[in-house]
Amino acid sequence: MPRPSFYQEEYYPSPMRHTWTDFQRNHIALAGLWCLLFFIVAAFLGPFLVPYGPLQQNTDMLLLAPAWNVNGDISHLFGTDSLGRDILSRIIHGCRITLGTSVILVLIAMLVGCSIGAYAGISRGLRASVINHLLDAIMAIPTLLIAIIIVAILGTGLLNSMWAITLALIPQFIHQTRDLVRREFQKEYIVAARLDGASNHRLLVKDILPNMVEVLVVQATMALSVAILDISALGFLNLGAQSPSPELGTMLSEALDTAYAAPWSVALPGAAIFLMVLSINLVGDGLRTALKNRLLQ
Amino acid sequence: MNSLLTVSGLSYRKQKSGLFSNRELFRLSPLSFELKRGETMAIMGENGSGKSLLAKLLVGVLQPEAGSILLNGEPMCDSRQQRRFSAIRMIFQHSKDSLNPGLTLGGQLEEALILNTNMSATERKRQIENTLVKVGMLPEHQYFYRHMLSEGQHQRAAVARALILDPQVIVADEPFAALDPSVRSQTANLLMNLQQQLGLGFIFISHNLGIVRHISDRILVLEKGKVVESGKTEVIFNWPKSEYTKRTIQAHQELISGQ
Repeated sequence: MPRPSFYQEEYYPSPMRHTWTDFQRNHIALAGLWCLLFFIVAAFLGPFLVPYGPLQQNTDMLLLAPAWNVNGDISHLFGTDSLGRDILSRIIHGCRITLGTSVILVLIAMLVGCSIGAYAGISRGLRASVINHLLDAIMAIPTLLIAIIIVAILGTGLLNSMWAITLALIPQFIHQTRDLVRREFQKEYIVAARLDGASNHRLLVKDILPNMVEVLVVQATMALSVAILDISALGFLNLGAQSPSPELGTMLSEALDTAYAAPWSVALPGAAIFLMVLSINLVGDGLRTALKNRLLQ
Repeated sequence: MNSLLTVSGLSYRKQKSGLFSNRELFRLSPLSFELKRGETMAIMGENGSGKSLLAKLLVGVLQPEAGSILLNGEPMCDSRQQRRFSAIRMIFQHSKDSLNPGLTLGGQLEEALILNTNMSATERKRQIENTLVKVGMLPEHQYFYRHMLSEGQHQRAAVARALILDPQVIVADEPFAALDPSVRSQTANLLMNLQQQLGLGFIFISHNLGIVRHISDRILVLEKGKVVESGKTEVIFNWPKSEYTKRTIQAHQELISGQ
């Protein structure tokens, strides 16, 4: 016998779906999301689309103004820098390096931090405390200082600065995850699931993780904006990515010499960093508001 | 007829362990009772008299200090934890909190089946649908999340969760407390019907004397962790012995005759 359908639409929005619907109502956050998506697409596809390589020099056109300037040329949309390299191509490659490395290191920090935090959350007593505060000493030192220490030991380079930032991001993930796991473990649905015979590990993966994903995503967006700022700051200080590399911070410090003659070579990479961080913060903020609204109802 | 659940000498002590001394916070004095198949027992008592604690000891959330719990004459110890989980099921006081907000109702019911039975995916689905229908919900409700269900449906979902493993005993901690009168009587009748159909032993904690009198066969009265009175419902309602029972029953009678 076919079962009669009592509901007009067979649609059961999950809590995650709820958060997304709520997020969509926030137009500014949505604009931020589009902006972020644009940067991600640029990072993935951009290098195949741009006409020049990031290191390719056009010695006939040094310090060319952007195309909208009277002195500009349409062949170099954002102009060129002091070595005749196309700024648009360099910015797009720079998005790839800056955004890409930041995403990778946030993912690593999240994975490590959440595993340690979850373990600290389910263990008890002294051990939990030790694990929880294992990396707390790192929180006391600013990220840049840790990076300088690591760079002093291992030498400069993008990879070394990535290690430093990853290490600096891990403790906040540990704390967040541990607090969440602790809090959820107090709740009655965990007792109920335990009475179904679930082990601690299973409780964590099957029962708590679905309730934790969104909070972790919000945390990850905040960490991402910090990571981008730190990567480019280290690049700017010549401690991270080194000179010919089109990393956005490195580009800024390089262009600083000619900032008076060619302000666009500073302004445009700076604007790229600004927009990237702004869009990520907007998305993170929108997600946080949406999550709070859902948890309040 | 031999008893379904035999509890003898069950005691528990809640301590706060300090650096130098252990301060005793609460003590459940040794208590014993028997529950027959199809029988309903109500546990009554003031707040903080150890009712919920007793329920938690019975289902295995807490480990007793001493004493034994026998199900069909077999002791329920750690090695049989899994059998105990599927034989004695609990309905929580706040049924909403006992449902996971991040999973569908069906997902949670299935989890219990995965962990305790060897059913295939199709059998599990059928069992979930049957159980939902049994407690008066629709099979479609398995796709629902906690926030989409009403208070009464939460209660039914909690009952479904208890029933899905075909238990022999159900322990309910104030299952009717948070419900409005109509849903309360619906749930009470639902539980009574299910009990008659399935021959369950039912232990419940309640403050509501009307319901206690309506559905329970026997009553156990706790006061500060001690059993002060136990016996058949009618006997206790007509000839209460302890001060607390006298007071509550008198208040209840006045309430009824006043209407």
